[in-house]
Amino acid sequence: MDFQLSDDQRALKAGVRELLEGRFGRDALRAAVDSPSLDRELWRELGEAGFFALRLPEAEGGVGLGLPEAVLAFEEAGRVLLPGPLVATHLAAGSVEGAASGTVVVTDVDESGLVPWLEFADVVRGDASGAVPTSSVDPLTPLHKVPTAVGVPDGAVAALLTAAEQLGSAARTTEMAVQYAGERQQFGQPIGAFQAVKHLCAQMLVRAEVARSAVYAAAVTGDRLEIAGAKLLADDAAVRNARDCLQVHGGMGFTWEADVHLHLKRAWVRAEFGGSAAQAEEELAAAL
Amino acid sequence: MDLTYTEEEEEFRARLREWLGKVLPGLPPKPDPADWPARRRHDAGWQRMLYDAGYAGLHWPVDAGGRGATPTQHLIYLEETERAGAPYVGANFVGLLHAGPTIAAEGTAEQRARWLPPVLCGDEMWCQGFSEPDAGSDLASLRTKAVRDGDEYVVTGSKIWTSHAEVADWCELLVRTEPISAEVPKHRGISWLAMPMDAPGVTIRPLRTLAGSTEFAEMFLDEVRVPVGNRVGDENDGWRVTMVTLSFERGTAFVGEVVACRRTLGQLAAEARKNGRWDDPVIRRKLGRLNAELSALWRLTQWNVSEAQASGGVPGIGGSVFKLRYSHARQELYDTAAEVLGPDSLDLAREWNLDRLSSLSYTIAAGTSQIQQNIVAERILGLPKGR
Repeated sequence: MDFQLSDDQRALKAGVRELLEGRFGRDALRAAVDSPSLDRELWRELGEAGFFALRLPEAEGGVGLGLPEAVLAFEEAGRVLLPGPLVATHLAAGSVEGAASGTVVVTDVDESGLVPWLEFADVVRGDASGAVPTSSVDPLTPLHKVPTAVGVPDGAVAALLTAAEQLGSAARTTEMAVQYAGERQQFGQPIGAFQAVKHLCAQMLVRAEVARSAVYAAAVTGDRLEIAGAKLLADDAAVRNARDCLQVHGGMGFTWEADVHLHLKRAWVRAEFGGSAAQAEEELAAAL
Repeated sequence: MDLTYTEEEEEFRARLREWLGKVLPGLPPKPDPADWPARRRHDAGWQRMLYDAGYAGLHWPVDAGGRGATPTQHLIYLEETERAGAPYVGANFVGLLHAGPTIAAEGTAEQRARWLPPVLCGDEMWCQGFSEPDAGSDLASLRTKAVRDGDEYVVTGSKIWTSHAEVADWCELLVRTEPISAEVPKHRGISWLAMPMDAPGVTIRPLRTLAGSTEFAEMFLDEVRVPVGNRVGDENDGWRVTMVTLSFERGTAFVGEVVACRRTLGQLAAEARKNGRWDDPVIRRKLGRLNAELSALWRLTQWNVSEAQASGGVPGIGGSVFKLRYSHARQELYDTAAEVLGPDSLDLAREWNLDRLSSLSYTIAAGTSQIQQNIVAERILGLPKGR
């Protein structure tokens, strides 16, 4: 048993991080917040880098990798708050022409009845008739609501990839909190020297690392129940870590200028997608 | 990332499982927890069986008399013995998981030859003399002093939370060989001694826990003479010697327990279905969440073990992350058990209720949750030291 990243997996993760930090750094994120629209050029670049075709067999023009590798890539997307219907387009690679290459943007009707990025997508999977726009809490996830929703067939994989994004966000907000706590001075010392702040940060790391083990293991086994559990813990880690990060930032954390609220709002959105906490808990209980 | 076990690992598991299946049915029944001599006999008997079958000191290095097993094999051992309902390490805990590995890592050849074999075969048992009434979480401020007198140290002071003191032959004792001063900060000036428990001047007073048991004791040391040759490591270097092995305590001590908790969770669900509590969605959802939590903790264990294996068998600091989350999950599990039991949660004769009481110690023992959070914040996250 070697439940650690292989050298290839490490390289893949580092490569995706480099690509995304270069192409969607903080300035790009804030620019996107100011004028939300789907960056088609970025979408094609992701396609060229194999982000959408990652799990497509090489014979079909894909990269031929598995769920663990997809999870690592989506974790990195979650770190930088990469916007767009990433999971839906990834899942459509191989069945929707142009999805794999990133020339076509695909969105899904989620079982919650929510449809993200509807007006920007070329293809909608599921029945979006009667869709009404909502005033989305997340400035970077435009949402529509449909009256009746049927879950997509790849529900478990969608939930896992969403959980991976949550994991990336949870790890990133931990770093943000630790960095701020090391810099911000109060009472003549960095606030990170105070146990009250220190313990918030420690719990953030614990949440992120427990979620990491669950998400990575679920990617290896592909087990439905394990995926449900991983999503539950990753949702928790992303939402609660963003809240704690906001707390560590104090008044600054409550401003629009700080990125913390963007992580929290996206975490709330992702928590609604791919099945609710109540559903996951019922499923996990029924299996006992 | 791979969660499958290698052929060798599966072979090891199969052999162990076969042996457990053969020997466990013939094992004497579990002794009365209050009967210490019986507990000692029971724990020593089990250790002897492990020794004879070649499973003693599985994770110890070969040159210390161990089997030099990989961390993964050790994980399999803990998983299988728990699954089969084999006895716990019991009163052998300190010898096998703490004092033994310390002597193996830091002792002289003579010290290893004197103390390690009897630990492995169950002939001698150890207890831990670290904490003091005024030095618990702040362990380095301990005050029990050892004054050199010829070839002996004369030890005076008191210790507390000394588990299994009543049956121990030896105590791994931390003493102050230099008083704290401007020149000697508190982490210096500490030495690690092997103290014979039958030495004149050693008095033991059992402490009763809130669960009603006498798991540990207070120990009073009145001019106890300990040979200088019983010091492991250099004089005043005891803190470093201790830190060498403390990570083992957090790294592997709870592995079998996670397996046990998952089994308990299954039994809880069965009980809830039987007594009607299953119809309450709040209870159901709690059980479901615990299922996710305990599965994740098992995966985290595998993650930490794989990491230790990659770094040459040394458990990393991930043990603190695990211990923090596990200790709370265990308390949550037994609190949920009480909800499932309803009024029966007040009946100590019913299953789980004593475990519920015992679980309260998990966020305190082996480094409180607050200390673990400091460790995580300072040593993993690099936050500044402070108050």
